[in-house]
Amino acid sequence: MAVNDTLAAWSDTAFTASIVVYSVAIVGYAGEYAFGRQGRVARTSAAQTGPAPVGTIEGPPNRQHMATRLGRVGLAGTALGALMQLLSLTLRGIAAGRAPWANMFEFASAVALVAVVAFLWVQYSAPKLRHLGLFVLVPVVFVLVYAGLELYTEAAPLIAALRSYWLVIHVAAAIISVGVLFTSGVLAALYLVRQRYERGLIEDAPAPKAIVALGPRLPDATVLDRLSYRLVAFAFPIFTFMVIAGAIWAESAWGRFWGWDPKETWALIVWLVYAGYLHARATAGWKGTKAARINLLGFFAITFNFLVINLVVAGLHSYSGLT
Amino acid sequence: MTVVEALSTAPEPVAPLPRGAGPIALARRWWRALTSMRTALVLLFLLAVAAVPGSLLPQRSLSQSNVAAYFAEHPDLAPWLDRLRLFDVFSSPWFAAIYLLLFVSLLGCIVPRTRQHWRVVRQPPPSVPARLDRLTLSQDTAVDVPTPEAADVAVATLRAQRWRVVRRDAAGVVEISAEKGYLREVGNLVFHGALVVLLAGLAYGRLSGYEGSILVEEGSGFCNSFQQYDTYRNGPLAGAGDLAPLCADLDAFSTEYADNFTPTRFRADLTYTRELGGPAATYPLEVNSPLRTDGVRLYLTGHGYSPRFTITYPDGSQFTDLSAPFLPEDPTTLASTGTLKLPDRPGEGVGEDDQLAIEGFFVPTAADLGDNRLVSVDPRPLNPAVAIVVYQGSLGLDSGAPQNVFRLDQTQIERGVLAEVASGNLFAGQSLTLPDGTEIRFEGYRQWAALQLSHDPGQLVVLGAAVAALIGLLGSLVVRRRRIWVRCVPAPADGPQAASRTVVQVGGLARSDNPGFAAQFQELVDAITGPVARED
Ligand code: HEM
Repeated sequence: MAVNDTLAAWSDTAFTASIVVYSVAIVGYAGEYAFGRQGRVARTSAAQTGPAPVGTIEGPPNRQHMATRLGRVGLAGTALGALMQLLSLTLRGIAAGRAPWANMFEFASAVALVAVVAFLWVQYSAPKLRHLGLFVLVPVVFVLVYAGLELYTEAAPLIAALRSYWLVIHVAAAIISVGVLFTSGVLAALYLVRQRYERGLIEDAPAPKAIVALGPRLPDATVLDRLSYRLVAFAFPIFTFMVIAGAIWAESAWGRFWGWDPKETWALIVWLVYAGYLHARATAGWKGTKAARINLLGFFAITFNFLVINLVVAGLHSYSGLT
Repeated sequence: MTVVEALSTAPEPVAPLPRGAGPIALARRWWRALTSMRTALVLLFLLAVAAVPGSLLPQRSLSQSNVAAYFAEHPDLAPWLDRLRLFDVFSSPWFAAIYLLLFVSLLGCIVPRTRQHWRVVRQPPPSVPARLDRLTLSQDTAVDVPTPEAADVAVATLRAQRWRVVRRDAAGVVEISAEKGYLREVGNLVFHGALVVLLAGLAYGRLSGYEGSILVEEGSGFCNSFQQYDTYRNGPLAGAGDLAPLCADLDAFSTEYADNFTPTRFRADLTYTRELGGPAATYPLEVNSPLRTDGVRLYLTGHGYSPRFTITYPDGSQFTDLSAPFLPEDPTTLASTGTLKLPDRPGEGVGEDDQLAIEGFFVPTAADLGDNRLVSVDPRPLNPAVAIVVYQGSLGLDSGAPQNVFRLDQTQIERGVLAEVASGNLFAGQSLTLPDGTEIRFEGYRQWAALQLSHDPGQLVVLGAAVAALIGLLGSLVVRRRRIWVRCVPAPADGPQAASRTVVQVGGLARSDNPGFAAQFQELVDAITGPVARED
């Protein structure tokens, strides 16, 4: 079964197009920031009255109008970019005659897509958070550019070991959970910024410049914390299912369901860290900042598992497609 | 009122730690510390951290040779790491100590919480707090019906929405307590309990299971007995008598490749019997599709080529169809190396110093580079060839020490009792003649398959526990525990038609992570008061 080169080339074009469209969206969101920025007076009064919820700080009407329009450009670009990515993955799947998530390039692209969709959900359930798209799209574009430059592999058929419907199930679960945890991690990072900012207001202690600049335009820390948690609560069972499905597949492919292969070991580590996050949110003294740091630690472990374990520590999970 | 606290599924706020210096007080203090949420959290992280070296350093359980290579590369560091059991992390005592502590803590957590939840489930929902307006969600509505009727509507509405409802009538006032989401805590307990079962299943499988692996050439077979395996490992509770009487022959092996030599399919055609002399069945063994029978699983884990030779001695006696499995050196082109050892000779036995060995390099598809070197350019056997070096002398097989079947004993060569007598490249059908007139003919190849047979009686327990854990987890994350209180009070007597008017006070309480509750509360209030609400 040969690879359809024409479709594969179209897939690559759509991939590039998604990066371009996301970049336009980033410019839109950034513009929304620039034009929506409050004046000096508003900032000082906000500082006096405590944390102000997002949306109450407004610039002059015409600037505000501009900001809204740019924000819409950002949102439209996000959705269009996601469609481009979907198209790219679909074409690749058709070109190679298999599920389009069988090597690191395809995996990274699919994870970025899920992260964007997770953000679209966040913004659907809380439209006021639209401008947070900037903080999701910047890392997403970074991931896509990195994937395109460093991880790119031609569309190719599967080796025998990967020919199993468990590939579809196990890897799909990995992509969905990791993509959602990505967005959750972004929100956790923003939570830490906002939390630091709010603390600065209460204690009247000077916060670092970047935090003073970002803080006022972020939603309440409690909002960020709750959204970030809800995404983990959604992703964690899927991640758990991914590990179980992987064990079932390993049992039929390698003769044991668990063998402490580095990739398996790191899946467990990641799982333990997020279990720690869920515990932390129910443990006195660990809520809030500590829990958010654990969330970020979890995403760091995912990244380590993806990059270092796949590329440096060779195990049975050799699917990078790179040589 | 401490109702707000009581609703979390986290353990109840516990009494202060027991004081005193006696051993019992001390033990109780330790036990309480061990089973606290904070300890669980720390142990979870400790376990995650402890697993890290096991993934970054080579592990004996995964590859002995990688560990040996690490020792060669870091001769000073490696023995120290070894003393810390860092090459066997997952079977080390310190790793076991962490997860055993975690599971003791887990048990110490589950048992009291199960008891507590059992009590909660059997008790009616707690009575209505004195001040409903202190709850985060509360609303008073006046309705145009007498108190008992308003209460009936509330009870019916709540029951219809599957709330657990208790109604208490006293002095003309009706108080209704309702609660929902008991399954959250049940799910949480199932999840944590299933983890304990999972660990038990793992341990049981480790103790009672076994695993053997063997290379089998086309045309031959093996039986499930530990003497036959190349490598064999069993748990302390698995005896030799427990081995299922399975025998299997490899009839044929085939591979398929896509472009750029991507192997797309391996297939080992087996004929097997499930008991000695029993009826034979066939099975196409493939990667991802093991043979499962009688509690054992047979896997295809590798493949390669065995070159075939015919050896004709000067006296005319002959060995036909001799072969030995060669191990692939290059996984892409399957260029392989190996050794064929011949301690005997047809007819009369040979002297200890007249043994023969062929060391070889096999290529499935040879390319001619013109300089007498063989190079493999394709994993498929399109043009098989072999480069051989033939040795004569004593192989040293009787020394008692186990020998590597893929290599010659180099010390025999160094001692001068085994010597090279001829070498050359052979394509299928070609032969090489030794100085003493012995002729070695390369006949071609047969394929071999690496098979692994595993028995793990704990496997299904582990799977069941994992699935139960997942279901419990879903319950615990999706179900939301919440309470509704309703107090129906007759309206103040001075108003018009006071006897037929009622103030319905509704209060709601939910865990903090329940963003939809406010909307749900409003719907509920509307449903309770809507049909009878007064229009003004
Ligand atoms: C193998 C070790 C453990 C793992 C992997 C683990 C994992 C988890 C996970 C994933 C959750 C969140 C989902 C849920 O609410 O059910 C959770 C919740 C919880 N765990 Fe554990 N746990 C472990 C040990 C313990 C121990 C030892 C305790 C007791 C001290 C404990 C007490 C709790 C409690 C009280 C909750 C509910 C928190 C809440 O109300 O949201 N866990 N655990």
